[in-house]
Amino acid sequence: MSDLADIAPSGDWTQAGRRPSIRPKGLSLAAQGLPWLLAGAILVAAPLVFTSGTALTMMSLMGIMVVFSLSYNMLLGQTGLLSFGHAVYYGLGAFFTVHAMNLVAGLRLPVPLPLMPVVGGLAGLAFGILFGAISTKRAGTVFAMISLGIAELVSSGSHILHSFFGGEEGITANRTKMLRLFDLSFGPQIQVYYLIAAWCLICALAMYAITRTPLGRLCNAVRENPERVEFLGYEPQAIRITAFCLSAMFAGVAGALAAINFEIANSAYLGVHQSGVVLLATFIGGIGTFIGPVVGAVVVTLLQVSLSDLTEVWQLYFGLLFIAIVMFAPGGIAGLALMHGPLIRAGTAHRLLPAYLLALGPFLLLLAGSIALIEMAFRMLVKASDGTEMSLIGISFDAAHILPWIVAGAMAVGGGLALRAVLPRVNAAWHEASDAAKEKLA
Amino acid sequence: MLELVIISTLNGVLYGMLLFLMASGLTLIFSMMGVLNFAHASFYMLGAFFGYQISKFTGFWIGLVAAPVVVGGIGALVERYGLRNVHRHGHVPELLFTFGLAYVIEEVVQMVWGKLPVDYRVPAVLDFPAFTVFGTNYPAYKLFMLVISVVIFVALLVALTRTRVGLIIQAALTHPNMVAMLGHDVPKVFMLVFGVGTGLAAVAGVIAGPALVTQANMAGLLGPILFVVVVVGGLGSLTGAFVASLLIGLVQTFAISLDVSVASVLQSLGIDAAPSGGVLGDLWTVTIAQIGPIIPYLLLVLVLIARPTGLLGNREA
Repeated sequence: MSDLADIAPSGDWTQAGRRPSIRPKGLSLAAQGLPWLLAGAILVAAPLVFTSGTALTMMSLMGIMVVFSLSYNMLLGQTGLLSFGHAVYYGLGAFFTVHAMNLVAGLRLPVPLPLMPVVGGLAGLAFGILFGAISTKRAGTVFAMISLGIAELVSSGSHILHSFFGGEEGITANRTKMLRLFDLSFGPQIQVYYLIAAWCLICALAMYAITRTPLGRLCNAVRENPERVEFLGYEPQAIRITAFCLSAMFAGVAGALAAINFEIANSAYLGVHQSGVVLLATFIGGIGTFIGPVVGAVVVTLLQVSLSDLTEVWQLYFGLLFIAIVMFAPGGIAGLALMHGPLIRAGTAHRLLPAYLLALGPFLLLLAGSIALIEMAFRMLVKASDGTEMSLIGISFDAAHILPWIVAGAMAVGGGLALRAVLPRVNAAWHEASDAAKEKLA
Repeated sequence: MLELVIISTLNGVLYGMLLFLMASGLTLIFSMMGVLNFAHASFYMLGAFFGYQISKFTGFWIGLVAAPVVVGGIGALVERYGLRNVHRHGHVPELLFTFGLAYVIEEVVQMVWGKLPVDYRVPAVLDFPAFTVFGTNYPAYKLFMLVISVVIFVALLVALTRTRVGLIIQAALTHPNMVAMLGHDVPKVFMLVFGVGTGLAAVAGVIAGPALVTQANMAGLLGPILFVVVVVGGLGSLTGAFVASLLIGLVQTFAISLDVSVASVLQSLGIDAAPSGGVLGDLWTVTIAQIGPIIPYLLLVLVLIARPTGLLGNREA
């Protein structure tokens, strides 16, 4: 009875939702550079289109989150290592950057602000080497648990080492007190945005380049079949630790960007909650592709900022969205979207439209009913003292009455049942469209 | 000094047994499905809150029975309609699923019971000092917690090793196909074990709720320690989980009663050479009581460096 099982097979979970690429091999350099030029153009043009202060702040947050999510995906998506403590490197990068900024400002060293993320990256790399040596001995569940243990260790330790981490208040810095180049003070948010955007583009390009190197391919191989990699003469642990350190380095850069953006670093940066957010963002976006974490970072930042204005229980929706993605779309949002790529190219995607439109109604009904139920329950349980009158999308009603509950319940249940009835049609349409696409391509 | 040792030992064993009550369910589930249920501590929290809610209407004793049954039922439903569907994608999505579940359960508990601690009290029958050691009263409720934990541990062990159901479960854990061939409904066995495992966590929640604080972050506080227990003990090893539970219970309880730092030790030896300020100064003056919370994680890291399989585990996971 002491040892109950010895089952730990590795699944092909990263393959879920991935289709064989039908992109022609050997793209020209120009064609490869095009998406990056486009991304650069979007980053440059974005503040010209969205000019409001809120939008600028949000886009800065998105840039930081994109770097953080991409670095996380180097671990989870590329190398198959599920970490619950990635914020450790993000937070340490932020703390070292803040201290470096104070040092530079105090000693009047000739170092400009745009170089500060290098400090964060080096801090992330150093701690990546230290903790990676312990945790990358094993993959899978044990790695996940050790990463959690290290995260707890560092975040609890940050409360003890008061002089470095500054306790609850954290450590502040002033980004304008640095050496000025080209008369950039980095006081206005727009200048900080462009600094973050530039670093975001550089880091994304570097991380993409890593996926193209032999190391990047070996990471994928270690994820799929570590034993076979060992037979080929490579050491899986060496590959894991390299990926781990690089990933920690980019997380440190993201932390440094956050420190520059907020001019503060506190213990919440290294907390388990922050590690959870990057895991949610990366997975919601999709871990099977390079673009997935970018999509996830943008969507999650958008949700965090806009949903928290709309409803107080936004984190519940956030968690439910995550569970829905894990259960029904392991490829994430990007995976779902890219599934349609081959069909669009083959010109058979339009056959899906009737089925999708048919499913849309019940889906929206289910969604609306569920949201109404959650919001009414929240009002009755937590906010009952403020009165039970409430309004959703402009409709005012009293949550204490039975009628709204019956309506919302009927919408949720009816929508759910109708969706179940319609799903086989969607499935059939999908098969028909993809079969037609195969015929056309064959 | 003796007083401190006896009281700390009692409290340490008590805390260790509570940890084991949860770790046993977690280990069973891990052995069965190969996935660590990240939401296990969340079921413990649900147990405490359901226990509080039910006991408000019916009294503590009915709550003690009803809450674990309800939570176990929820656990079984989660396995049937959630985990089982994710299972085909492999282990990492399973871990992610339970991670998301922990997140959602915490949000729901916050939504229903609020963020502040609820008024979950020790039942009046047990609200008296059981015995007095060195002038300190030891509450009867803590003794009751200890008894319940031991009874459940023994019952679990007997059920698993001495009964027919236990035989089928053990067989299904290691040889699911063979058991299915013999005509047993293996998915149903898995669902049952998951339900019982989460129910065990809920029992721990119901009895720990009044003694500790029942609030929405209790899962977050205990969850990571629980993983330390199962990893230090050795993944999948029930005896390992037992040893590690007691070890961590005792170490943590003793740590919080030791108000000693490097500076104070050196001072008592007549040396007064503390570095002033800085990180070194922090390390110099921090007491063992203050580092109590991080000792389990230090232990985790040290054990994994020295013995990667855990204390009593015999397989690399």
